[in-house]
Amino acid sequence: MDFNDTPEEAAYRAEVRKWLDANAKRKASKKDTLEALSGTDALQRAKDWQRKKAEAGFACITWPKEYGGQGGTSIQSVIYSQEEANYLVPTGFYDIGLGMCIPTVLAWGTEEHKARYVGPAIRGEEIWCQLFSEPAGGSDVAGLRTRAEKDGDEWVINGQKVWTSGAHYCDYGIVVVRTDPTVPKHKGLTMFIVDMKSPGVEVRPIRQMSGEANFNEVFFTDVRVPDSDRLGQPGDGWKVALTTLMNERLAVGGGGGADWSELVDLARDAELADGPAINNGAVRERIAQWYVETQGLKYTKFRTLTALSKGQTPGPESSISKIVSAPKMQELGSFAMDLQDIGGIIRDRDISAQNATFQNQWFGGAGYRIAGGTDEILRNIVAERVLGLPQDIRVDKNVPFNEMPKGK
Amino acid sequence: MNFDFSDDQKMLKEQVSKFLSDKCGYDVVRRVLESDELYAEDVWKGLVEMGLTGTAIPEEYGGLGLGALELCVVAEELGRVAAPVPFSSSVFLATEAIKLAGSEAQKQKYLPKLAAGEIIGTLAMAEGTNAPSPRTVKASLKGGKLTGTKMPVPDGEIADIAVVLVNTGGSGDKALSLAIVELNGSGISKEQLKTIDPTRGHAALKFDGAAAELMGAEGEGWDLVRRVLDGAAVWTAFEQVGGAETAMWMARDYALERYAFGRQIGSYQAIKHKLADMYVKIELARSNSYYGAMMLNDNGAELIEAAAAARISATQAYIYAAQENIQTHGGIGYTWEANTQFFYRRAKLLALSLGSQLYWRERLVTQLEARNAA
Repeated sequence: MDFNDTPEEAAYRAEVRKWLDANAKRKASKKDTLEALSGTDALQRAKDWQRKKAEAGFACITWPKEYGGQGGTSIQSVIYSQEEANYLVPTGFYDIGLGMCIPTVLAWGTEEHKARYVGPAIRGEEIWCQLFSEPAGGSDVAGLRTRAEKDGDEWVINGQKVWTSGAHYCDYGIVVVRTDPTVPKHKGLTMFIVDMKSPGVEVRPIRQMSGEANFNEVFFTDVRVPDSDRLGQPGDGWKVALTTLMNERLAVGGGGGADWSELVDLARDAELADGPAINNGAVRERIAQWYVETQGLKYTKFRTLTALSKGQTPGPESSISKIVSAPKMQELGSFAMDLQDIGGIIRDRDISAQNATFQNQWFGGAGYRIAGGTDEILRNIVAERVLGLPQDIRVDKNVPFNEMPKGK
Repeated sequence: MNFDFSDDQKMLKEQVSKFLSDKCGYDVVRRVLESDELYAEDVWKGLVEMGLTGTAIPEEYGGLGLGALELCVVAEELGRVAAPVPFSSSVFLATEAIKLAGSEAQKQKYLPKLAAGEIIGTLAMAEGTNAPSPRTVKASLKGGKLTGTKMPVPDGEIADIAVVLVNTGGSGDKALSLAIVELNGSGISKEQLKTIDPTRGHAALKFDGAAAELMGAEGEGWDLVRRVLDGAAVWTAFEQVGGAETAMWMARDYALERYAFGRQIGSYQAIKHKLADMYVKIELARSNSYYGAMMLNDNGAELIEAAAAARISATQAYIYAAQENIQTHGGIGYTWEANTQFFYRRAKLLALSLGSQLYWRERLVTQLEARNAA
């Protein structure tokens, strides 16, 4: 039992490191981050970096060679990501496109689609977004109402999508829409590739309760899509969407933010009425609890990596990750604010402890518990797929969509 | 990355699992619970015949000469069936204490017999309802004579030898030492205690000038015993994970067969989420236990944190799975006939043996503070 690479893995890691050393700046410490990026500059730098990676053969490592991938193994891909995390490079713009959308195109697209779209995506020339969620369909995505009607060789899309990351800078998206409202909801859906620059596509940022705007809503008004940009058959949209969603929980990364060691730092500085917070039993209990959870997740990941390293299919253990990390992010932020007493209400980088990281994650955690599968949906998934429990009774299962009761 | 047990270790696990599923069903646990039997002697003999009591004892002392990892897989399987045997007392505690602190003569004298299952050992720490510590341990060793009362002592009534935590009069943490005593001699009385889990017997041992030998250096007892507990915590975490998994699958099976309001109760989210939470806690515990196993096997620098994390998360997983298993069963789960009780009892017993959550959190955070300051 050890954490060591196999000789092949070690050789690959050395190769990756050599290339990264030659092309990027190593982080001075784990907390080192790229200077604040904003606007088009950030996007251009991300595009440059993605192109470099692709040219060197480190982008989309596991994808087939014929479409521009490297035909590599999952563990090679993991090794690259582990190493890249030690360098100051612009990331984030490609997670959805390369993590979810293009894998869906690879699974369901025609040869023409793959020839046209995969290469430019790998090279970073075109960025993709995912258009599934709607105001009326979050956890119940299949309840979506955006519709498409056939008009000759084209489809005409009308409706609204929501929580679309990066829609304002994306070139293409995959959009799931209702093409037949007279059949039960899962059966009337179809998936399309949509050019985000098409007439009738309007992107508006959503302001989150935290004050930031990291997502968008996207309105479709008579947007015309050629039938040739359909992924899968009409009515197969739900099956296609499942391919994307299976990749989602891999693409929605860890919650990040402050963890137990930041809490220890804070507790050392914070004075409670009865003395330093670090000496308080309730504080020590929380530090222990969050340490145990963080370590548990870390070593769960190592178990998954071990399976990948041995060329096996990982077990279902990785499904616990967000169930644990999302509430922890919120609760740890909240508890750290308690330690600052009334001063905890201040959210100001210059005044608040540790640049207001705790206040920020108290907000962010509320969103992270919902994004990419709510706490509740993830528990359903574990219960059904891991433990083999039955699905809930579905009153909408056999009812045509247009006869189904709907709220607002 | 090779964060897993080896094929040989998995094969050992398979063998132990097969033996226990044949010989240590719920009927055996219930037999010990309901009778005057102090442990399942038949199961114990089988484990001894397989050589498991000598798993981590070096060959020169008559053991199999395997390591900490092999004991982990054995522990998990013992936990899975809530085996009513003195394995943890004799192997995780007494044997390891002697390996750690015993003189060459003490090792020669006791390890071969422990390996062969000719004797059963235990570790006697507590003296009543306070956590054992340099402030609470009063039993004394003077001139080779042991005086005082230890309770509860796991398997105290059936054990042949005990490693005993005694007060030798030093100051602070140096007050304590370890002694080894043969329990069949004079000056010793044993009394079985009424406890929450009669499937694992505990006794009060009263020493009145019983012959005993110092084990390890005088004044080092508190340090030594905490090191023994770090190791035992890792093995016990595997035992807890095994038990927790049984409780989880018991609840899951019942949730599939029980109908209420016209449908399987396992189709209600209140039940599904409870079971999903069991799974989450168990996987966290398993992952922490693996790291504990690795640190223990390598005698790694993070052993204390790893052992504490394994201990805390495995305790939480087992307690939760055992209590919510009963809740999932409803009324039938609260009856004497139901097997749910075995795990409810055992989960709490294991949560309190080796020190409660309060001890382990404090041991962990003290260590983290030191690390974060560095």
